[in-house]
Amino acid sequence: MSILINENTRVAVQGITGTEGAFHARRMIEYGTKVVAGVTPGKGGLVHDGVPVFDSMREAAQETAPDVSVIFVPAPYAADAVMEAAEAGIKLVVCPAEGIPVLDTVLARRYLEERKVMLIGPNTPGIISPGKCKVGLMAGYIHRQGSVGVVSRSGTLTYEAVHQLSRKGIGQSTCLGIGGDPVVGLSFVDILQLYEEDPGTKAVVLIGEIGGSMEEKAAEFFRTTMTKPLIAYIAGVTAPPERRMGHAGAIISRNRGGAQEKIRALEDAGVIVVRNPAEIGDIVESALRLR
Amino acid sequence: MKIYEYQVKEFFRSFGIPTPRGAAGKTSDEIVTAARSLGVMPVVLKSQIKAGGRGKAGGIRTANTLEEAGLQAIDLLGSRLVTAQTGPAGEQVNSLLLEERIDHERELYVGILVDRETGRPALLVSGEGGVDIEKLAREAPGQILCESIDPAYGLRSFQASRVFLSLGLPSASAARCAELSLSLYRLFMEMDCSDVEINPLALTTSGEPVALDGKVNVDDNALYRHPPLASLHEKEEENALEAAASALGLNYIKLNGSVGCMVNGAGLAMATMDLIKMTGAEPANFLDVGGGASVSRIREGLRIVLADRNVKILFVNIFGGILRCDTVAEGIAQGVRDLSISVPVVIRLEGTNRDEGLKILSSSGLNFIQVTDLREAVLRIGEEVARAG
Repeated sequence: MSILINENTRVAVQGITGTEGAFHARRMIEYGTKVVAGVTPGKGGLVHDGVPVFDSMREAAQETAPDVSVIFVPAPYAADAVMEAAEAGIKLVVCPAEGIPVLDTVLARRYLEERKVMLIGPNTPGIISPGKCKVGLMAGYIHRQGSVGVVSRSGTLTYEAVHQLSRKGIGQSTCLGIGGDPVVGLSFVDILQLYEEDPGTKAVVLIGEIGGSMEEKAAEFFRTTMTKPLIAYIAGVTAPPERRMGHAGAIISRNRGGAQEKIRALEDAGVIVVRNPAEIGDIVESALRLR
Repeated sequence: MKIYEYQVKEFFRSFGIPTPRGAAGKTSDEIVTAARSLGVMPVVLKSQIKAGGRGKAGGIRTANTLEEAGLQAIDLLGSRLVTAQTGPAGEQVNSLLLEERIDHERELYVGILVDRETGRPALLVSGEGGVDIEKLAREAPGQILCESIDPAYGLRSFQASRVFLSLGLPSASAARCAELSLSLYRLFMEMDCSDVEINPLALTTSGEPVALDGKVNVDDNALYRHPPLASLHEKEEENALEAAASALGLNYIKLNGSVGCMVNGAGLAMATMDLIKMTGAEPANFLDVGGGASVSRIREGLRIVLADRNVKILFVNIFGGILRCDTVAEGIAQGVRDLSISVPVVIRLEGTNRDEGLKILSSSGLNFIQVTDLREAVLRIGEEVARAG
């Protein structure tokens, strides 16, 4: 079992004829993802890597009935592409683009909210249910099918955590990055709720980082609602305040959003917090053994 | 992107937000001329630096005569102002803003920001002007009134009025403040801001609001829609290496240790820093090459990391996703050809196209220590740090 995507998920790729879109569409197909449509305005009628290309998302939706759309268009156009997917009736939109103006995301998020469409990202590596479906740009080979959920704000740290798990033979149900921007779609709590309800997920790894208060909310959710073990790591313990650490979302503003506060909130709620990022795999392994 | 107060006030005026009359100047002569043409006394001289806390640090002065204004200007211009927010090195004062002094009865705080919790803009108002709003939010959250703004409809007049009326302002003043908040919202949206504030907003004896100071923080990601600001941004980067990196679209942060770091992704960068500290060493810097780096950007990025003389060890920690390992390896291999690398290099390469990348590295002529995971990286870095003394 898995959350949000599985072996039956039908995927559309917006921007499939661009450099990134083409590269990752091929990787997704190789992984076994059902890529049913591509969209590039002006390229309708082409067949790209065996995938029919449409001029608009609406046409793609009518012809191929995708469940999920992934956006591989440059940041200035990404918010528009997200809204186009929602308008076409797609129920889950995955947006890897980095560098979208935050007010564009605010508007797109508002548009999706009204249509009850879920958004992963922006600035996300995407989502993968190992062995079933991959929607995004993570390297497929590091994953292994199993029953640990991995959710993160950072792309590369998701890979890091997954890699450590797989090397220990611990497989994953679904792994995803919720996005590194200050404003994103689905939150940690939304995802934890889905893992909690998924019979195929036995434990969850949460990779948080400085900035915002989503980790604190996750701690509260764990304390009040969650029955499955949660193992967390928070990046940025040594990050200097007031410096934007690459992710627009990763900034400690005058004592708010610091790593220590997040670690304390998680530990107080009973979450297992990993201090050394090299030990994520070890600690998950021992937590699973204890159960 | 942060801008100076005098630029903030130009934005305020162009959006119809009243400010004190005044002018900016870079020399004492310019300041005296500005004071003369203003024709009122006393005047206020305000040091133009981007950090806050200027008042307490002596960066804001009052003058009662032209002579006094001239002397104060000589004293402030060229000095380094150290405030609670600048760090010990302070910030150099290159220009002053000269303004009329506004006699007023009351000071308020008005700000608009993107609320990360709701994913929507919010109007924040406080009856306490001149405060540090984040400090107030921590210590006395009850003193901040907040109106969430639906981005589909924008800030509505009734919402803004409600807030100011509940502060107990007389209805005429509340109406004027509400109107001003709508102008501020227009500025916020049109200039693609991540946050704006008027702090303090003075209410004069006749009940008129005047923006005494403020902040306009433009979203760096939206600078492409504001070309004049984008060119200003490039000119004003503080650190030369940070400027060089940002021109390449890379994110470089200078720190104070001895381990140079090239990583991809902010999360991995932060985890790498945390890890290096656990070995007892300190990161010298980190360069986040991000997702879309090309071979040439990696090569130039390597040059930037190594240009830092404090670097005694280089750690390359790459987990490829959208960024492919062979691209990174090719960039490093090209860098090796035209840079002489005299420090030990520890490389961890994983993810998309790892094998292709490792092949390129091993035929590059670079003498490097390959590690396969973070645990091994910690051990090797620890050893090299001990060796480098």
